[in-house]
Amino acid sequence: MAGVAGGNDFQWCFSQVKGAIDEDVAEADIISTVEFNYSGELLATGDKGGRVVIFQHEQESKNRPHLRGEYNVYSTFQSHEPEFDYLKSLEIEEKINKIRWLPQQNAAHFLLSTNDKTIKLWKISERDKRAEGYNLKDEDGRLRDPFRITSLRVPVLMPMDLMVEASPRRIFANAHTYHINSISVNSDHETYLSADDLRINLWHLEITDRSFNIVDIKPANMEELTEVITAAECHPLQCNVFVYSSSKGTIRLCDTRAAALCDRQAKFFEEPEDPSSRSFFSEIISSISDVKFSHSGRYMMTRDYLSVKVWDLNMENRPVETYQVHEYLRSKLCSLYENDCIFDKFECCWNGSDSAIMTGSYNNFFRMFDRNTRRDITLEASRESSKPRATLKPRKVSTGGKRKKDEISVDSLDFNKKILHTAWHPKDNVIAVAATNNLYIFQDKIN
Amino acid sequence: MFPKGTKRKFSDSGEEPVSSGDQVPAAPSVATRSLTSSYSLQRQSLLDMSLIKLQLCHMLVEPNLCRSVLIANTVRQIQEEMTQDGTWQIMTQALAAAQCPTDRLVATEVLCRQTDAAAQAGQSPKPFSVGGLEEGYHAEEVVMEGDVETEVTMSTLAPVSPQLSSASYLAGPFVMGPCWDEDEEEEEEEEEEEDGECEEDEEDDSEDCVSEGEEADRDHLSPDSRTGEQVFGTFEIKHPAPPPDPALEELFSDVDPSYYDLDTVLTGMQSAPKMGPYDLLESLSSHGPTALSSSSSCRSDLNELDHIMEIIVGS
Repeated sequence: MAGVAGGNDFQWCFSQVKGAIDEDVAEADIISTVEFNYSGELLATGDKGGRVVIFQHEQESKNRPHLRGEYNVYSTFQSHEPEFDYLKSLEIEEKINKIRWLPQQNAAHFLLSTNDKTIKLWKISERDKRAEGYNLKDEDGRLRDPFRITSLRVPVLMPMDLMVEASPRRIFANAHTYHINSISVNSDHETYLSADDLRINLWHLEITDRSFNIVDIKPANMEELTEVITAAECHPLQCNVFVYSSSKGTIRLCDTRAAALCDRQAKFFEEPEDPSSRSFFSEIISSISDVKFSHSGRYMMTRDYLSVKVWDLNMENRPVETYQVHEYLRSKLCSLYENDCIFDKFECCWNGSDSAIMTGSYNNFFRMFDRNTRRDITLEASRESSKPRATLKPRKVSTGGKRKKDEISVDSLDFNKKILHTAWHPKDNVIAVAATNNLYIFQDKIN
Repeated sequence: MFPKGTKRKFSDSGEEPVSSGDQVPAAPSVATRSLTSSYSLQRQSLLDMSLIKLQLCHMLVEPNLCRSVLIANTVRQIQEEMTQDGTWQIMTQALAAAQCPTDRLVATEVLCRQTDAAAQAGQSPKPFSVGGLEEGYHAEEVVMEGDVETEVTMSTLAPVSPQLSSASYLAGPFVMGPCWDEDEEEEEEEEEEEDGECEEDEEDDSEDCVSEGEEADRDHLSPDSRTGEQVFGTFEIKHPAPPPDPALEELFSDVDPSYYDLDTVLTGMQSAPKMGPYDLLESLSSHGPTALSSSSSCRSDLNELDHIMEIIVGS
C-alpha cells in the first residue's frame, strides 16, 4: 500500500470539502463522527444535531477520467432526537457519538449509530423501481371500481428516480446509565458491544430488549471512583476478544470465553510511567481517548493526549511504537487544562494495510505516521488549500525561538480548530477529515 | 488563545517537579506572599482551578464523568503532595493564627449582596441555611475518595467563626463563594477564579450546590474537616486581587440574569433545570440521605427531589 509522506512518494491532494463555509458555525452542524463502510464505497458522518449524512463514492466517469471518483450525498436522515430524562431532569444530547457499519449482506446497508444513551440500527436501502399497472388502483392511487375491471394485467416494474430510504430497524435503549462512548460490531456479525463510562454491554443485533453486561467497573461506593472506561473495541477476527481503555492510560484485553463477566482481564497493557516527566497533568494526558485494532488483528493503537502508541497484543508491558503528535504542547499543559483543551478526545485510525496511522491535532492540523519508514507529516485541512487536486503542503510548528518562514508558532495555534475525527478508506488512499462542521476528503495523486 | 496577563497564571514552564522540597515556602503570610511563580503558589492555583472546574457543570446536560474523575484525581494528587510537604499543616497553623475574618466578610458581603438583601428583608436566605452554617463546612464529596483528608481538600470555604453571617458562609461554599453580580470586576480582589466560578454557579442552581453541601456537612463533619476548611479559608484571605481571568469572564459573560433570582431558581420555573453540580453529586456519589435543617418549603421540595433522585441513580 502507499506510503504516507511526500517527496517522491505519494502526495496528498485536496479532493472535496463538504459543509458550510460560514464563519459562524452552528453547533448542530459540528461533525462528531466519521466512518467508512467495509468497502469504502460509503462514508458516513454524524453530527451534534443527531443527523447522519452518508456519502457515496461515484464511479469515475469514462468521459472525464481526470476526475477521480467523488463522494456525493447519498442519504441524510435524523438518527437521534434530543430527549429529556424526566427522572434526572436532564437533557439527553442527540449528538451522534459513534457510527459503525455492518458488513454488507444484501443490497441494503446497515449501520449502528449511537448517542449518549440509545443505539439504533438503521437500514439504508435504495429504491429505483416502482410497480405500475395495478389492477385495483389507478396510477394516482385511486381505487378502481372492481365492476369496471374487464381484464387483468400483471404489474410491471418501471424505473424511477433513485430514492434512498433510511429506516430504523432496531432501537437498543435503556441499557446504559452513563454516557455511551463506543460501539463495536463483532466479527461474528451477529453481536456488538456498547461501552459507557463504567460498563460494557454485549448485544445481539436482533434482540433489543436484552443485553449482557460483560464489564462493570463501577465501584460499590461511587466516592471511590478513580477510573472510567474511555473506549472499547471488538477484535476484528476473534469474536471472543475485545479491549477497553481507561482514563488512567491502561488497556485491558478480555476474553468472553473465560467468564460471563469479564472484570478480570486476560491481558493488561500499561506503559510504565517515566518518572522524569511526571507532573500533575500526567494522569490526564495519559488518559486514552481512542483504541483501534489493526486490520490484521495483531496490533492495536491507542491515542492519548500527546501521542499515539502501537501495541503488539503479545506484549503487555510497553508499546512497540510511540509517535509524538504534538509534543510542543507539553509545556503548555497548564493553559490547556485551564481552557479544557486537555480533555479533548482525539481519535486515530489505521490505513488499509496497517502501514500508516493518522490522527488529528489543533489548528486543523492532522498527522500521519508511516510505520515502515518512520516518516511523519503534518497536513492542514483548510479552505485556503482547497483548490481541486491541489497538493497539500506539509505544515510545521516551530518550537524553538526562531520561527522559519511558513512555520507557525505554538502560541498562534487555533485551539478551537481541532480535528478529533478522521477516517481512512479501507482499501485506497482516501482519507476523510472532520474539521468542526466541514468534512474534507483528500486523496493521493496516484490513484 | 491562552489567558494572558493574570498575575496568578501558571508559568508554562514545563513540568513541576514533584520533589521540590526546597521550593516549599515557609509559613505563608500576607506579607511574604509574592507573585513570583513559586511552586507552591502554582500548585495552589492549580488546585483552585481544579476545584472550580469541578463545580462547573452544564446546565442541561449531565456532566462528563471522565472529565470529572480526571480533575478529581488531580485535586487528590495535589492535596496528597501538600500533605506530604507539610504545606497543609503550615497553612492550617497560619490560619489558626490569623485574626482576620473581616477580609472574608468584606468580600463575601459584596459577593453575596442578594443574600444580604434577603436577610435584611427578614427571610432566611433561601438556599443558604444558617443551620448549615453551624456545621460550617461542606465538601464536594462527589468525586473524592473516602478518606477524610481528601474530603477536606474538596471542602469549600466556610467561616471559621460562627458569628459570621450566612453571607460569609456563602463565600465559603462551593469554591470561593457565589457571586451574584456580573459586574463584580472591582471586587475581584480575592475572587479571580471565584468570580468565574460563581457566575457559573448562577447557572448551576446554586442553592442546589449548597444543599448538597449541607448534606455533605452531615456526612463529613469532623475535626479534620474543619482543618480543611481552615486551609481554604486561609487561601481566600491570602491571595491578592489578581485581575479577572478574561477567559472565565468571557465564558460567563452571557449568563442569564434571571438566574440570579433565587425565587425563580427555586421554583424551577426556568426551563433549564439548573442542577449542574447537584447532578454531578447525584450521578457520582451515593451519599447518605439528605436531612437539611432549613424549614423553607423550597428546600424541602428539593430534599424530596434529592432523595428520589438519589434512590433512582443509586439503584
